[in-house]
Amino acid sequence: MTEDGFRGREVPIWIFRGDGLSGEERQYMVELSPGMVVLDAVLYVQQHEAPDLAVRWNCKAAHCGSCGAEVNGRPRLLCKTRMDDYMRRNEAVHVGPMKTFPVIRDLVPDIRKNYEIARRIPPFTPAHPAPFQLWPEDVERLKEFRRCIECFLCQDVCHVLRDHHRLDHYMGPRFMLKLAELDMHPLDTRDRTPYVRREGGVDWCNVTRCCSDVCPEAIAITENAIIPLKERVADRYFDPIRDFWRGRSRRPAPEPPEK
Amino acid sequence: MHDSLSHPSLSHQEPPHQTKAATERYFWIEPVLVGAALALFVLYSLWEVFFQVHGRYHNYLSPYFSPDLGRWLKIPVFPALWVAWVPLLFRASCYYYRREYYRAWFGSPPACAVPDRRTRYTGETRPPMVWTYFHRFFFYLSTVVVVFLWVDALHGFDFGGRFGIGLGSLLLLVDAALLSLYTFSCHAFRHLAGGNLNCYRCKPRRPRARYHLWRVISRLNQHHGLYAWISMFWVWGTAVYVRLLILGLIRDPRLLR
Repeated sequence: MTEDGFRGREVPIWIFRGDGLSGEERQYMVELSPGMVVLDAVLYVQQHEAPDLAVRWNCKAAHCGSCGAEVNGRPRLLCKTRMDDYMRRNEAVHVGPMKTFPVIRDLVPDIRKNYEIARRIPPFTPAHPAPFQLWPEDVERLKEFRRCIECFLCQDVCHVLRDHHRLDHYMGPRFMLKLAELDMHPLDTRDRTPYVRREGGVDWCNVTRCCSDVCPEAIAITENAIIPLKERVADRYFDPIRDFWRGRSRRPAPEPPEK
Repeated sequence: MHDSLSHPSLSHQEPPHQTKAATERYFWIEPVLVGAALALFVLYSLWEVFFQVHGRYHNYLSPYFSPDLGRWLKIPVFPALWVAWVPLLFRASCYYYRREYYRAWFGSPPACAVPDRRTRYTGETRPPMVWTYFHRFFFYLSTVVVVFLWVDALHGFDFGGRFGIGLGSLLLLVDAALLSLYTFSCHAFRHLAGGNLNCYRCKPRRPRARYHLWRVISRLNQHHGLYAWISMFWVWGTAVYVRLLILGLIRDPRLLR
């Protein structure tokens, strides 16, 4: 069926209603419109049937990362998930909050722990104050990391956090990305590898790549951040040959850029 | 390490919800197929290694026996074992295969957002999984094996001192090429080539060769999983072909005499 074929059709949508203590899915009816995304459907419900329905959203353009939730059990941005994809497959649409985090109300999770972790990470520490001179080759891979919109879908899908509740041992993919960005920065002077292993808990990740799969910005979190960090851990802790050739030296301070 | 928040209603309990719908209705198909393929490959490899005494048919050498170290060292038992452990452990510690067998064999997790089947999870913090950090050493050893595979592949065109092409020659040649692609698109090699540097250009006169090498390997690395599967099936197929020749069950068609 074409997109217009769904126009005006009334379809049911199941939305979780409740808080951190109790709750249930409730069915609402939504009138489809062309290009409708799940966030539109949730807002439709809010406008027509349940004005007290809580949902966090902001830009509706997949840039702010606010509307992360689970559609049919899969972490997604509500504003980037089209209703007609489900209609075409004749699937019912179930919307719930991100499972990894405690629920404040309805579709709004409590994500404060993520910000707590972010505050703990040692900040960028250059050898000298700005202005900096950087070369494209040196910042090329950092650009991908900076696309992160902090929707925390990767934190939500990570089974270490989702099923095993190991946020006390493993910071999660979002912060592996942050640590990789800082560690690979050509002007950062901190030796972050011990932090990545001990506080970051990179060993807890078993590289099943779900974080990369759900990332709405298509950041290859596992390939470009977590695995390189694991390799740096291998350099430091598991490579006697490298130690023999190079000596177990601390990370040298970067030299000034060539003129 | 990290203090948990002290809000009474927001502590570590499961949200009392969850969508009843299946995450992905047929999520189990991929782990079942992958698990079966990997298990059959491992079983066939063990059969070659522990139950076969040689892998040579005239100028063709089965990939499991290349290089023919057992014969060179005149070790009579398990001649394939002296080499086969290298590629097998290279694959077992490979970042791509880890994803596959964690999902397929351990269900950890079976698919994204599907509950982990293991109740006790330690990730790669303890032996034996922490030993996957030694992946780079298996990469070093695998590069040596790949060199010998090329030598044996070229030897596959040598029919008693004369150049010729048989189906087996082509299988061995493609086998060496695919295994080279798989080996040199490895994450450990990508790291060693240039991923371990933070600064490609800030040192005066530092050659940018490592930056270019890192970029090339990064591109290859995007298809590492594909190379892993194709090379695995090709090795398997080539080994079966040579084994059938040895057993006299098929004949090698000569394409050029």
